[in-house]
Amino acid sequence: MSAVLPRDTLPPVIAPEETNASISAKIGDATLRRPTGWLWIAGFGLSLLLCGVLFVGTCWLLYAGLGIFGLNIPVAWSFFIANYVWWIAIGMGGTFISAAMYLTRQGWRNSINRFAEAMTVFAVSVSGIFPILHLGRPWFFYWLFPYPDIMNVWPQWRSSLEWDFWAILAYLIVSIIYWYVGMLPDLATLRDRAPTRAQARFYGLLSLGWRGEARHWMRFEQFNLITAGLAVTLVFSVHSMVALDFSEGLVPGWHETIFPPFFVAGALFSGFAMVLVLGIPLRKWFGFEAYLTERHIVNMAKMMLAAGLFVDYSYFSEIFTAFWSMDKYDMAMTMHRVVGPYAWVFWGTVLFNVLSIQLLWFPRVRRSAGAVFMVALGVLVGMWLERFMLIVTSLYEDFLPSAWGMFWPTVWDLLFLVGSIGLFFFMFLLFTRLLPMLSMFELRKLAASTRRREARS
Amino acid sequence: MSAPLHGLLAEFAEAEHLLTAVRRARKEGYYAACIEAYSPYPVEGLDKALGVRHHWVPFWMLVGAIGGGAFTYWLEWWSAAVNYPINVGGRPTFSWPAFIPPAVEMTILWAVLLGVLAVLYGARLPRVHHPLFASHEFERATSDHFFLLVRGNDPNFDAIRTQAFLESLSPLSVTEVVDE
Repeated sequence: MSAVLPRDTLPPVIAPEETNASISAKIGDATLRRPTGWLWIAGFGLSLLLCGVLFVGTCWLLYAGLGIFGLNIPVAWSFFIANYVWWIAIGMGGTFISAAMYLTRQGWRNSINRFAEAMTVFAVSVSGIFPILHLGRPWFFYWLFPYPDIMNVWPQWRSSLEWDFWAILAYLIVSIIYWYVGMLPDLATLRDRAPTRAQARFYGLLSLGWRGEARHWMRFEQFNLITAGLAVTLVFSVHSMVALDFSEGLVPGWHETIFPPFFVAGALFSGFAMVLVLGIPLRKWFGFEAYLTERHIVNMAKMMLAAGLFVDYSYFSEIFTAFWSMDKYDMAMTMHRVVGPYAWVFWGTVLFNVLSIQLLWFPRVRRSAGAVFMVALGVLVGMWLERFMLIVTSLYEDFLPSAWGMFWPTVWDLLFLVGSIGLFFFMFLLFTRLLPMLSMFELRKLAASTRRREARS
Repeated sequence: MSAPLHGLLAEFAEAEHLLTAVRRARKEGYYAACIEAYSPYPVEGLDKALGVRHHWVPFWMLVGAIGGGAFTYWLEWWSAAVNYPINVGGRPTFSWPAFIPPAVEMTILWAVLLGVLAVLYGARLPRVHHPLFASHEFERATSDHFFLLVRGNDPNFDAIRTQAFLESLSPLSVTEVVDE
C-alpha cells in the first residue's frame, strides 16, 4: 500500500527566495507582457461562440416564451433552476476561500484568493441570468423590488423567492466590491510597471490613483477585515436562502429542514472543485508553480474532500430520515429517486460526489495535479446532477399518481447550460489577460512574514 | 525658485528601514500630517508609527449596517402591515420572523457600500494625477521599495536640513518631488 508521505516533503507555501521584486515581476508580467498564446485564442473563440448560442437562445426565449423548454406540469422547474443553483454555489467557494481563510489566517490562501474571487463574481453573474429569464415575463423582474408603483402593490416579503432576490442582489454587489477594492494595489503595480502608455492609462484609471500610502493601507485593511467577516455571513445566508426556495415548498424531497446546511456544504464542495479546475491549468500555463505549489493543491483537495463528506452525510441523512419518518410520500419519493426512471441521475451523483472523492484520502492521489483535476471535474458534473435530481425527482411523481409525468429536456435546455459555461469562461479568459491573476501585495506580505519567521528561528 | 517643491522623497529597500525612518522623522519634530510613508504591502505598525491610526471606516460600516438593516425591516413592516395589509391564510400581517432575511442581506450590503465610500473618501481617491507620479523612483513604491515623503509644507521643513536628515537615515536615494 502507498506509504503515508511525511508532511515535510511538501514544498513551503512560498519559496524563501521569493522577494517583493520577483513577485511583482512574475505575476505582473504574466498580465502585462506575456504574448497571447494560441491556446488562449482558441479557448476565447470557443467561449465567444457559446456566448453567441446563449444570446440566440435568449432572443428566442424572449420571443417564444418558456414553452421552448421541456418544462410542464408537474415538472415546472428543471434545467434553469438547476443551472442557477449550480452556478451560485460555485461562487460560494471563492468567497469562502477569500474571506473565511483570511479571518483564520491561512497564509496559503494568499495565492488563491484573487482568481477564486474572480470566479465568484463571474459565477454569480452567470447564475443571476437564470431566475430572471425563468420568470416568464423577464421584463417585469423589477417587480421584485419594493418601489411605490401606481398599482400600490408591494413584494410578498414572506416568500423565500423574494428573499432570494435580496440575497443575490447583496451577494453580487458585495462580491464585486470586495474583489475590486482588493485588487486596487495590484492594479497600481500594473500601472507602474506598464510597458506601454496605453496600458499605463488603462491601469491608471482602474487603480483610481492608488499610491500605497500608510493612510490608504490602514483604511484598506480595516475595510477588508470587516468585509471578510460580513462575506462569510453572506456565504452561509445566501445559500441557505437558495435552499429555502425548496424547503418552503411542500413537495416531498423539498420540504426538509436539512436543506440550508446541506446546500451550503454542497456550495463549498462545488466551489472548491471549480477553484481546482481553474487553478491547476492556470498554474501550468502561466508558470505559477512558485506560488500555486503542490501544497496548495493538496490543501485544496483536502478541503474539497471535507466538504464532500458533509454532502455525503446529507445524502445519507436524507434517505435515512425519509424511512425513519414512515411518511409514505417521502419513502415513495426516495424509492423513485433510487430505482425510478431517473435512477441514473442518482447513481451518477453517487459516483461523482460520494465514490470518486474517496480517492483523495490517498496522499499519492492528492499530490497528483492531474488526478485532483479529474476528481474536481467529476465533482462539478456530480453537483449539477445532484441539483437536477433534487429538483426533478421531487416534482415528477409527487402525491397523486394521476398528476405524474416525466420531464424531457429540449435542445434549448441543453444550449442554455452550455452557453452559460461559455459565458463564464469568456469572462474568466478576459480576466487572465487583463487583470492581476494572483494577489501580489498579499504574497509580498506573506513572503515578508515568512522571512521574519525564518530570521527568528 | 522654479517649480515649487512638493517634498523630499527617501527610498528604502526594507520595511524595517522605513519604520525606523518614520519614527526618527517624528522624533525630529516633523508633523504627522506632513510626512507620509509608502509601501508595496501593508506594513504592520506603520500607521501607529506615523500617528494616523483611527477607526472611521469601521464607524461608517456600522452606520451602514444599522441603517440598511433597520430601514429594510421598517419598510417590510410598513408596506405589509400598514400601507397595504393583505390577509394571506390568516397569517399575521406583521410576520416578523419572515421579515428578517431581507433585512440581514441589506445590513451586509449597506455596511459594505458605506465602507467602500469611507475608504475612498478617506484616502481621497480616485485621484489619477499626483505630483509623486512624476517621480521615476516612485514607480517602485507599488512593486518592491519603501518610501518616506516629507512635505514642503511642514513648518520644520528646510530643503537643506531636511535633505541632510533624510541622508542620515541611509536611504537608497533622496529625490525632490515638485508640484506641477
